[in-house]
Amino acid sequence: MTTAWLDAAAADGLRAALRNKTVERSRPAEAGIAASVGSGPAYALVLAGVSLAFGGVSALDGISLTVRRGEICSIIGPNGAGKSSLINVVSGLYAADRGTINLLGKRVDKVRASHLARLGVARTFQNLALFGGLSVRDNVASGLVHKRRSNVFSQVLGLPGTAAENRRIRERAAETIDFLGLSAHGDQLVATLPYGLQKRVELARALVADPALLLLDEPMAGMTATEKSEMAGFVRAARAHHDLTVVLIEHDIGVVMGLSDHVVVLDYGRKIADGTPAAVRADPAVIRAYIGSTDGVGGEGI
Amino acid sequence: MSVHALPLPLSGTLDRRRFAWPAALLVVAYFVVPLVATSYLLEAILLPFLALSLAALGLNLLTGYCGQLSLGSAAFMAAGAFAAYNFNLRIDGLPLPVTLVLAGLTAAAVGTVFGLPSLRLKGFYLAVSTLAAQFFVQWALTKFGWFSNDNPSGVIDAPKLLVAGLAFDTATGRYLLALTVVAIVTALTVRLVNSPTGRNFIAVRDNETAARVIGVPVLRTKLLAFAISSFIIGVAGVLWAFTYLRTVEPAGFNLDRSFQILFIIIIGGLATIRGAFIGAAFFVVFPLILSRAGSFAFGGLFDSGVLDMSQRIVIGALIILLLILEPRGISALFDRVAARLGRLRGRP
Repeated sequence: MTTAWLDAAAADGLRAALRNKTVERSRPAEAGIAASVGSGPAYALVLAGVSLAFGGVSALDGISLTVRRGEICSIIGPNGAGKSSLINVVSGLYAADRGTINLLGKRVDKVRASHLARLGVARTFQNLALFGGLSVRDNVASGLVHKRRSNVFSQVLGLPGTAAENRRIRERAAETIDFLGLSAHGDQLVATLPYGLQKRVELARALVADPALLLLDEPMAGMTATEKSEMAGFVRAARAHHDLTVVLIEHDIGVVMGLSDHVVVLDYGRKIADGTPAAVRADPAVIRAYIGSTDGVGGEGI
Repeated sequence: MSVHALPLPLSGTLDRRRFAWPAALLVVAYFVVPLVATSYLLEAILLPFLALSLAALGLNLLTGYCGQLSLGSAAFMAAGAFAAYNFNLRIDGLPLPVTLVLAGLTAAAVGTVFGLPSLRLKGFYLAVSTLAAQFFVQWALTKFGWFSNDNPSGVIDAPKLLVAGLAFDTATGRYLLALTVVAIVTALTVRLVNSPTGRNFIAVRDNETAARVIGVPVLRTKLLAFAISSFIIGVAGVLWAFTYLRTVEPAGFNLDRSFQILFIIIIGGLATIRGAFIGAAFFVVFPLILSRAGSFAFGGLFDSGVLDMSQRIVIGALIILLLILEPRGISALFDRVAARLGRLRGRP
C-alpha cells in the first residue's frame, strides 16, 4: 500500500524536503539514541520542554521526549498522569503553554488540528470518536477527506473528476478495510457494531490516509485479552506495511512490553522514565509510581 | 451516482427498490392528481404540503444531517419570498426559474450570515442565536417599506406565474409548478446527502473533534450547511407565497412557522429525506381530519373555538405519544412496520 494513488508527487516532495533540512536541526538534546537509517527524518516526534496547565493544575510539566521514525513508542503512567493531554497537545486539540514540538521533522509552534491530516499525522481517541450515522466504509473513507479536491457542486452534479476521485478513495478505503479484516462489515452502520470492531474501524480511519505518525489513545481500552492481542497484531502489521511511527497510550503493561520498542512513563505530568521496555520495567521510579513500593510489577493490567 | 463503481451484483436491484416508491409517487402526483383532485384538495392541502415539505427538507439538511439546531426557518422563508417578489418586480422580464434561484441565493446569503454564530455556539445556544434571524428579518421587512413596494401593511402579492410563456396561475398549474420545483430540489438533495459533502455534514454532527482532526473543514462545512439549507428554505418560502397563499405579510413568517418546520422534521424523522414529507403531511392533513371528525361528532354541542382548542390538545398528545413510541419519527416507524411485514412474509 503506497501513497501513489493520490498526489504521490507531493508526498515525495515533502519527504525529500524533510530529509534535507531537518535531521540535523531537530537532533534532540538527549543522547543515547542511534541515528535512524533510511530516508526521511530520523525522528517522527520531538518534544522539548512542553508544559500545559489547566487553570492552576499542571497537566504536563516540561516534557521532553524523542520518538524515532519507525518505532512503536508507548506512553504509560497512572490515571491523570498527563498521557492523553500529551497526545492532545501533539494533535493540536490543546495548545501547549511552553515548549516546542517537532512533528515529522517540521518545527510547529502550535499544531493546528485541522492541518493534522495534511501533516501526515492521524490519531484515534480514548473514547470512540466515530461517525455513528455513517457506514463502516464511509467512516474509513472519511479519513481521506483532506485529499478531496472536488466541491459540492461537482459532487451533486456528478461532474467527471468527482467520479474518479470517489473511485480512488473507495478503493483505498476498501484496501484498508480488508487489511483490518472488516470486509464483512463494510456496509453496516458503525453504531451497530460491537465495541471491539468499532475500535478497529477507528484504527482503519486513521490508517487509510497512510500517515507517517499514528497517535493511538488507548486503542485497547476495555478489550478482552484476545481482542488486545489482535489489536496489537494490527498495530504491528500496520507499522510493517507502512513507513509508520506509532505513539500509543496503553494501561496493560503486558501488551506494552510486548509491543513497544520504546516506553515513556509519565506521572503527575512529569516524565519519570524513558527507555527500552526492559529498562523501564526495572526502573525503581516507575515501580514506585505504579504501586508505591519496589515489589515486582510483572503483572498485567496495572 | 455510484452504481458503476460498485461491483456488487445487488446494487442494481437495491437501487431499483429504493427509487420505486418515489418514482411511483411522482407518476401519481403528475398524472393522476391533476385529473382527479378538487381545487380544495390542491389549494388547502397539496400546495401547503409541498411548500412545507420543501422547507422541512431544507431544515433537515441543517439540523438532521449537520446537527445544527435552527429556529430561523420562517425568516429564511420570508427572505426567499420577499426577494422573489422584489426581483420579479424590479427586473423586467426575469424568468420565473431565475427568480426562484435568485431568491434562494438571497436566502442563502441571509442564512450564512445568521449561521456565523454556529462557528462558536452549539445546540440550544445556537438555536437561541438563530432566533435573532427570526426577529431581525421580520422586523426589517415590516420596518422598510421598500421590501413590500411601500405597501402600508407590508403585504406582497404573487405575480403572474409564467414559465416559458405558459401560465401556471390556476390551482392545478400552481400545483404542477410547486411539484416540479420540489421534485428537482429533492432529487438534488438526495444526491447531496449521499455525496462526500453530505457525509461531512454527518461527520460534523456525530463528532466535531474527530471530523476536524481527520481534515473535514468544519467551519466551512457548517456554513455550507446553513447556506444550502437556507437556499432550499428560501425557495420553499417562494412557493408558500406565490403558489399557496398568493398574498403574504411578514407576520405570516413568524416564530410559530419556524417551530412548525422544526416539529415536522422531528416527527417525520431527522436526517431522512422522506421524513420531511411524512412530517409535513402529518401537519397539514391531521388537523383537517381532526376538525372534520370533531365537527361531525360534536358539531352540534361545541362551537368552532372549542373544537379548535381540543384539536390542538389531541395533536399535542399524539406528538408526545409518537415520540415516546418512536423517538426517531414516523419514518423509523414505517421502517419497523415494513421490517415486521417482511419477516411475516418471509415466514412459510
